[in-house]
Amino acid sequence: MYFDDQVKVDIQERLSEMVHPVKLVVFSQSLQFPESEEVTRLLQELVTLDSRLLLEAKNFVIDKEEAERLKVHHIPGVAILRAGVDGGADLDYGIRFFGLPMQYDFGVLIDGIVDVSKGEAGLEAATLEALAALDQPIHLQVFTTPT
Amino acid sequence: MRLAYRFAMASDKITADGVEVTGFPDLARRYRVSSVPKTVVGETAEFVGAQSEATLLQHIQKAAETPLAS
Repeated sequence: MYFDDQVKVDIQERLSEMVHPVKLVVFSQSLQFPESEEVTRLLQELVTLDSRLLLEAKNFVIDKEEAERLKVHHIPGVAILRAGVDGGADLDYGIRFFGLPMQYDFGVLIDGIVDVSKGEAGLEAATLEALAALDQPIHLQVFTTPT
Repeated sequence: MRLAYRFAMASDKITADGVEVTGFPDLARRYRVSSVPKTVVGETAEFVGAQSEATLLQHIQKAAETPLAS
């Protein structure tokens, strides 16, 4: 158990803002990196808190093609997707989390889930206009520690 | 990290990874992560600490104009 009753209530309150279902695709590999399984267990408990949260647990070795398709190059790694409805494709904004999301990072993961669910970036109009002019891929990596 | 995620949502040209770095010492060395949060933009630019939306945009625009080192 990762969450006590009060934390569950707090998480559920935050997730109540969700609009569309969100699919978390988590990659781990128990034989070579047993610690990576902890993220899978954490997310398995998380998705019990809201029916709009879906989880697919993948093996980084067995599901290598899926990991490459989703550009998950490290484990544990989680792709945060807006789940497709009525058999439609999932919407991939290119948002990933690598490592164990605890403390501050867990809050950010929840924020990311809610933002993806809403489909709203919440950026200023001038920023959106500038981003629309980008003509090449840009990869952002934000490194944190669990404090 | 949330801002980076939001930029990824706003543009299909942008992808965003959040990395809890203690589990990835190789990445910490590669990107010289000694303080957090540290943001690496397109392999060519980096900064430490929280940044405003306008500042992150400037870094992205600058990275888009900078060819990758070979």
